[in-house]
Amino acid sequence: MARQHSHRGYEDELRRVRETLVMMGAKVEEMLASSMRALVERDSELARRTLLIDRQINRFEMEVDDQCLRILARRQPVASDLRFLTMALKAVTDLERMGDLAVNVCERVLELNDEPPLKPYVDLVAMADTAQEMLREALDAFVASDAERASTIIDRDSKVDAYYASIFRELLTYMMEDPRTIYRATRIQSIAKYVERIADHATNLAEMVVFMVRGKDIRHPGKLQRPASTPPPPAAQSSGSVRDLVRRGSPKR
Amino acid sequence: MTRSDPPDETEKMRADCLNAWFGELHALKDITLPVIENKVTAVIGPSGCGKSTFVRCLNRMHEVTDGARTSGDVLLDNRSIFRADVDPVSVRQRVGMIFQRPNPFPAMTVRENVVAGLRLSGADVRDVDSVAEDALRQVSLWVELKERLDAPVERLSVEQQQRLCIARCLALQPEVVVMDEPCALLDPIATSRIEEIIHGLRDRYTIVIVTHSMQQAARVSDYTAFFYLGELVEYDDADVIFTKPADSRTEDYITGRFG
Repeated sequence: MARQHSHRGYEDELRRVRETLVMMGAKVEEMLASSMRALVERDSELARRTLLIDRQINRFEMEVDDQCLRILARRQPVASDLRFLTMALKAVTDLERMGDLAVNVCERVLELNDEPPLKPYVDLVAMADTAQEMLREALDAFVASDAERASTIIDRDSKVDAYYASIFRELLTYMMEDPRTIYRATRIQSIAKYVERIADHATNLAEMVVFMVRGKDIRHPGKLQRPASTPPPPAAQSSGSVRDLVRRGSPKR
Repeated sequence: MTRSDPPDETEKMRADCLNAWFGELHALKDITLPVIENKVTAVIGPSGCGKSTFVRCLNRMHEVTDGARTSGDVLLDNRSIFRADVDPVSVRQRVGMIFQRPNPFPAMTVRENVVAGLRLSGADVRDVDSVAEDALRQVSLWVELKERLDAPVERLSVEQQQRLCIARCLALQPEVVVMDEPCALLDPIATSRIEEIIHGLRDRYTIVIVTHSMQQAARVSDYTAFFYLGELVEYDDADVIFTKPADSRTEDYITGRFG
């Protein structure tokens, strides 16, 4: 969108949508980072503060929806403007869901902080860093209208999925070894799942950026014919699948 | 010029390296453009881009202007309309034209107006009533006017007059209907009724419409051609033109970023 509209008011309206989206994305980033810090540093106060950011995110969502509807009704946008606005309408839903998931992370953190620590978080932190990086870059690619950069983000989703599988496996071994860890392990597993979902939403954003810039839909490549369901996380690449681990009873660690 | 999908349709007309001049003014430059049968092709572009000149070439109206000339070709059913043995009048019967300002014949009744073109063309109009009824039905005027067929046309609203002019054109049983800004003088409701008629006419005719309104082109056309400074910049499926045009000039024009 290099050139200016001959109608200045229209240009301003489009710019406001772009700015609101970026502010919303920045808030989601902040929430994700703070919720992970609250987990690692066992800081319940930070978790509680972070929860509240979601309200701002929700407000931004309504603002963007409202701005987009008004522009659609009054300006009848076409071509790149139309792609941008339809993208914005969908992107806010993804961002809002990410905010909700970060709320869920905070809730689990609060529960975990009432318990003694189970283990240091290494993979989970690395996983959250990757997800956060994906979100940041999706937003940067959006601001710069950089489809090239957006497409590199999409590949990184599998890295996050692999982290999730490995965290899930590890937690299973804890739980099988000592049922007293189940309460904490399932909370940690939930957090990992939330982060994995956040990365999925970041992937959606990246795909939208590619569509916005190139007008090309890159979602579901070659997958439209098969039933859409995500296989359960672990098994597959592990040497002994989780099912094997469960069958064998107590795992060797 | 670009085009996304290979066409799976019949070309009713085709401009082939068409150039047009008004004296020294080179108004159309090497236009090559198909007009697909039973589809609506919209021609859009800023004032002075050559869109009206282009459609006036489609039925040899351009050459009527003093100092006007053309080169290149226009094909109708794969045959040149400029061949020496072709009578321009017969071309104008096969390729009818509707103008911005409704131009019914003032001293005539509604019925006489509808069949006037036919009479002028020398056709022997035996069943005036059924010809008039058929043409008026196609433009949704029959129910409104069947009791007033002998009323003078001055009593009709501008919109009714425009629909009457379309009926007059259709009575000649054209194959292609060219409309040059047919809704320019109409309010939004009347415009939407005319657009509804255009939509219905597609089954029987091939339509070419020149419009200043991008929204109208987006609403009514199957294919859209964007002209700029006498050149055809882009021609494609209207869905493509209005969602992801290939040429940045098209993009700038339809999104309002021109100049």
